[in-house]
Amino acid sequence: MKIGVVTFPGTLDDRDAARAIRLAGGEPVSLWHADTKLQKVDAVVLPGGFSYGDYLRCGAIAAQAPVMQEIVKKANQGLPVLGICNGFQVLVESHLLPGGLIRNEHQHFICRDQKLRVENVDTAWTNQFTLNQEITIPLKNGEGGYIATDEELARLEGEGLVTFRYLDVNPNGSMNDIAGLRNARGNVVGLMPHPEHAVEPGFGPDTDLAMRSGVDGLQFFKSVLNALVSA
Amino acid sequence: MPKIIVEVMPKADLLDPQGKAVANALQRGGNKDIKGVRIGKRIELHFDRPITDADLADARKIGDEFLSNAVIEDVVNVTVEN
Repeated sequence: MKIGVVTFPGTLDDRDAARAIRLAGGEPVSLWHADTKLQKVDAVVLPGGFSYGDYLRCGAIAAQAPVMQEIVKKANQGLPVLGICNGFQVLVESHLLPGGLIRNEHQHFICRDQKLRVENVDTAWTNQFTLNQEITIPLKNGEGGYIATDEELARLEGEGLVTFRYLDVNPNGSMNDIAGLRNARGNVVGLMPHPEHAVEPGFGPDTDLAMRSGVDGLQFFKSVLNALVSA
Repeated sequence: MPKIIVEVMPKADLLDPQGKAVANALQRGGNKDIKGVRIGKRIELHFDRPITDADLADARKIGDEFLSNAVIEDVVNVTVEN
């Protein structure tokens, strides 16, 4: 299974995302922001970083990139797309997911191992979790405060589109503790925390068992491989 | 140079961390009567010919769809400077 990883100018975590895909058993394919073809990939990851230096708004210029025009078109036809951190911001700016992300309420950049609850497992990227499973993956952002209008929030909650919620600590002032969302179809998922940084023992968050042994992020990438095999 | 000026502000009911930080610094500097600061953006679109009504209409569209995000910001002013 070929999974595309998009590199925009200023993307940072594309290599980590590619590594996570490989560890899960997939074949990562590098996609460039100026590409107009997706090289027949079966799914796409929009990784974290600071695309275009966060100019204008986080993710706003990336949303206009040639590769995004093709990704939006294919996502609307069902192509699985995962947006991580800056990738989530790109999904929001591309209108594939609703709402917006603003500077953290406390005005500080934050970097911590973050506990989340998986609240929806009917997506291409979360089907290997159990409902309400608690997971821990790294979080690192300056503009991760999720906001939406009251009507939009009510709709997201009513339709069960909130896919990840922050537990213990709301690290950035996100409304309703929202850490990540899915679209109605479940093929598009975006979240601020970084699953690709918790995929290999020795490099993940600490667990009760051992230091840096957390690999909860691997299930995201196994989920999409499972979704593609079942499709 | 003829230009269209698009001004964007964070929504009034939304926290503006940048403005808050500047307001705090002003307070520390002794400006006791300044009770708040909000910071937005001024974006200039430059032309090498006179600006038409159609350009202005385009600029308003660009302002709404790309230069601002309606979830978090408002376009407060679009003006022509010929």
